[in-house]
Amino acid sequence: MKKSVKWILNVVMIALVVLLLIFLENNKSDQGMLISVLQKGAILAIVAVAMNLLNGFTGLFSLGQAGFMAIGAYTTAIFLIPVAAVDGVYYMNGINPGIKAFKEVIETAPSWLQACYPYLALIVGGVFAALFAALIGIPVLRLKSDYLAIATLGFSEIIRALLSSPQFDTITNGSYGLNKIPGFSNLLIPFIIAGVCILLMILLIHSTYGRAFKAIREDEIAAEAMGINLFKHKEMSFVISSFFTGVAGGMLAMFMRSIEAKTFSIALTYDILLIIVIGGIGSVTGSVLGAFLVTASKEWWLRFFDQPQTIFGWEVPLFRTGFRMVIFSILLMVVVLFYRRGLMGTNEFSWDGIWNFIKKPFTKKKTAKGGAAQ
Amino acid sequence: MKRILAIVLAMVLALGLMAGCGDSSNGNDASAPAADNGASASDAPADDGAASSDKVIKIGVFEPITGENGGGGFQEVLGVRYANQVVPTVDIGGETYSIELVEVDNKSDKTEAVTAAQSLMSSGVAVVLGSYGSGVSIAAGEIFAENQIPAIGCSCTNPQVTLGNDFYFRVCFLDPFQGTVMANYASQEGATKAAVITQLGDDYSSGLGNFFLKAFKELGGEIVAEEQFQTNQTDFKAILTNIKAAEPDVIFAPSSIATAPLLIKQARELGITAKIMAGDTWENATIIENAGEDAEGIVISTFFDENDSANTTAADFVKGFKEFLNATPDYLSKNGGDGVAAVSALGYDAYMAAIEAIKAADSTDPVAIRDALKTVELNGVTGSITFDENGDANKDMAFIKTVEGGEFKFLKTVTISE
Amino acid sequence: MSFTTFIQHCLTGISLGGAYALIAVGYTMVYGILRLINFAHGDIFMMAGYFMIFAMVSLPWAVAIPVVIIATVILGVAIERVAYKPLRTAPRMSIMISAIGVSYLLQNLATYLFTALPKAYPTIPLLKKIFQIGDISASLVTFITPVLTIALVIGLVMMINHTKIGMAMRAVSKDFETSQLMGIKINTVISMTFIIGSALAAVGSILYFTDRMSVTPFSGTLPGLKCFVAAVLGGIGSIPGAVVGGFIIGICETALVALGYSTFSDAFTFVLLIIMLLFKPTGLFGEKIIDKV
Repeated sequence: MKKSVKWILNVVMIALVVLLLIFLENNKSDQGMLISVLQKGAILAIVAVAMNLLNGFTGLFSLGQAGFMAIGAYTTAIFLIPVAAVDGVYYMNGINPGIKAFKEVIETAPSWLQACYPYLALIVGGVFAALFAALIGIPVLRLKSDYLAIATLGFSEIIRALLSSPQFDTITNGSYGLNKIPGFSNLLIPFIIAGVCILLMILLIHSTYGRAFKAIREDEIAAEAMGINLFKHKEMSFVISSFFTGVAGGMLAMFMRSIEAKTFSIALTYDILLIIVIGGIGSVTGSVLGAFLVTASKEWWLRFFDQPQTIFGWEVPLFRTGFRMVIFSILLMVVVLFYRRGLMGTNEFSWDGIWNFIKKPFTKKKTAKGGAAQ
Repeated sequence: MKRILAIVLAMVLALGLMAGCGDSSNGNDASAPAADNGASASDAPADDGAASSDKVIKIGVFEPITGENGGGGFQEVLGVRYANQVVPTVDIGGETYSIELVEVDNKSDKTEAVTAAQSLMSSGVAVVLGSYGSGVSIAAGEIFAENQIPAIGCSCTNPQVTLGNDFYFRVCFLDPFQGTVMANYASQEGATKAAVITQLGDDYSSGLGNFFLKAFKELGGEIVAEEQFQTNQTDFKAILTNIKAAEPDVIFAPSSIATAPLLIKQARELGITAKIMAGDTWENATIIENAGEDAEGIVISTFFDENDSANTTAADFVKGFKEFLNATPDYLSKNGGDGVAAVSALGYDAYMAAIEAIKAADSTDPVAIRDALKTVELNGVTGSITFDENGDANKDMAFIKTVEGGEFKFLKTVTISE
Repeated sequence: MSFTTFIQHCLTGISLGGAYALIAVGYTMVYGILRLINFAHGDIFMMAGYFMIFAMVSLPWAVAIPVVIIATVILGVAIERVAYKPLRTAPRMSIMISAIGVSYLLQNLATYLFTALPKAYPTIPLLKKIFQIGDISASLVTFITPVLTIALVIGLVMMINHTKIGMAMRAVSKDFETSQLMGIKINTVISMTFIIGSALAAVGSILYFTDRMSVTPFSGTLPGLKCFVAAVLGGIGSIPGAVVGGFIIGICETALVALGYSTFSDAFTFVLLIIMLLFKPTGLFGEKIIDKV
């Protein structure tokens, strides 16, 4: 396909997305479900791409996502809960006076600072997650595949226990969780943040570091022999992935308005794993696509499986609460067993790919897609 | 092969999308009348136009059907469903509106509660009823207030539910009151040493436990042990062993229905003979069923007694509700027999309060209904109901019950004036 | 803390540890042979709980127990055939994701079939008989669990050391490919592993749930993870190691709850895991693995 055609297609697509978002912004009340699905999709897309950076591109099977999201979410939430609401939120144990004083200072800050305060809070959340990752990365990254998985999973559980422990009652509000977290002031914001985060990660993947990550994924020993510092690159991938996971966690807190330690259980990590498996491990666009598809089907399209249905007076059997998730898990198993590459495999979205996909059934020619490394 | 699979999958998803859109457009049509009178509502759930011929007003039912409080939540839903059967329509501005219940399951989980509340908001309800369990109500309260939809809590007893929330009301009494009632009862029975077991992270349990603790100390009693357990914990032996060593006269353990039989049985297994007391949640037949003989002698406080003959509204309700239960075997089995739970009565009362408010407002506008709620006076099943400035029902009476011979037996009523 | 309280806590801890040990053996055996963390093992244990509830509706307990064990074994073997066997040559990550997928499926299936409401576990009158020694009081199951665990594990070790299939298992766990070349029927060995693992999980489930009296679709998740940690702690692949690990975790957990740190009781298990991985990755009884290029 010609380059100019691709350009036009790109511009058209972006324009369509922006138009859709502007339309939604103006029709908030009618499209509640669509908006919340899209927002959640965008947030999960960041986590999925970040997890993919680690699992798909560096080959480190980590299951600690929920924990890093929890750090980001709690940090952002603690920063953002307005002073007026603080006493209501911490009614059981009271709030740490330091935090309250800090909030009061912020309240009097100039308006430009107030305007970027939520973004700063998100970044700080990400930084905390990254710091923690750097700390635990030193011992944990020495471990091999499944030991690494179980150790990161363990850390995620430890974080959860710390957040909900009575010892930190005045900071995290213990196991009662935090609520009254202010949401996004504008619908477009989560999409812009998600776009920026994912773009940064794509740039990283295409840099020399990204190539080093892939070399580690393919063969650690060979990579080391080529002069790649294994620990440095693994640690880097782990820290960067955790940073974005933390940012997404903060966004999740702003999206949900109320969080508790239970939100960030192993099930959340599994949900994200599901997204990248369906999207294709090793494909950024696959993860993004997977995030939106999985969120939309789970929260919206497939809801009808949970309600008893009658079609032409015939009551469809099996349809009742919980059926949706069964369908979903079967779908996951089908993908894992028979369609292991997921939607995209390790390929990225490209107009050529789409073109070939449409063309292929008609011309029996074997297509050689660019960059389809396998 | 894979290509065909991919195409089929894509088609299925596309179909799903259409189905989803179809649903949402239906939802808009149905809620369109709600905005016709929407004079002041800025966030009225639908746009003007396309008024359909049969007028419908939607009432959201925000209850746990699954999760640890699923059993009690369902009893509350039953009360609401029965009320809907009794009063299926309401007259607004000279026109008859039929009332449609929109039920969502908050799964006894604070995170799910927010999602469930959001889906209620997008389905365009005018009033929300619920929930059983204070934690989920607190979590969702913000969403209701932000969308300016009034909510009427049925059995969420924690003060935080309505405090600082202009849109939350409730028809039951509060935990400070309930805690005091139980502490008074315990000390009247001669108890001087009490142990308190609460569930970490559960607003209802820790709140009520705290209020009991304060009240019991003020009455001169001594708290000999304070233990906490985690949600979904099923092994209480370690904390019960500690309690046994402290030798209390009574154990106050406000907790969920699912926890109750485990706690009771394990306590008796360890040879603890102290009287076990709890709050309103424990008034559920499945506890007796699961704990068997060990449940004998537990003491609870609750909102309502089905054998209370003084109140004619209540007598009618009990009669009608039993017929309602017996008509559907599924309801009967989930309710654990045809006993009338207090939460069902509260569900009924909340529904009636909503109807009264809609009538008084003479409008489907949520804000007008909220304003009307403040002045509603209702002779309910659980006593007369008016709301104070916080939105709490002015109630000053609790019923104390005990388990005897495998069923709940009424002991006495306790009134505390402030 | 008085002496009787202490003994009472010990009893609780040892009994919990016994149940953990039985599940941990399943993990350690599967890992030893397939190098796979069977994430679904905890959910097999949960399903065994539900099987017991349904079996006890119409059958006396003496008949119900073998029925439950057989049903659990069938489930375990079926999972291996459907979800793990096709992936035997696939990358390690795929097979692990498959295991997570099965665990996800079992939980959702249980939620769908039995609802998420906790179901009461039936009482086996004999096991629930309460014994009182001085101030210490506990039901029979509390005493029986550790004894039964040790007896079963001794039987298992004897089997592995002295029978033909046991020898085959040891060979496969040493070197998968070579043992295949030596004419060992690898599928039979793997099936046998899953049969033993599932049967022990079923027994563990009966003991564990009789003590706790309620089952939910998620009651398998955390015990499952803890038992995996127990297996790592004892040295993965080593059966006595798994048992020791199970007891250590059971006792530590009870001790933490008794001291009032119930929030940390779950996290502590993972702290133990990480300490172990850092200082002695092969566990207490594990053999050293050399990485070959």
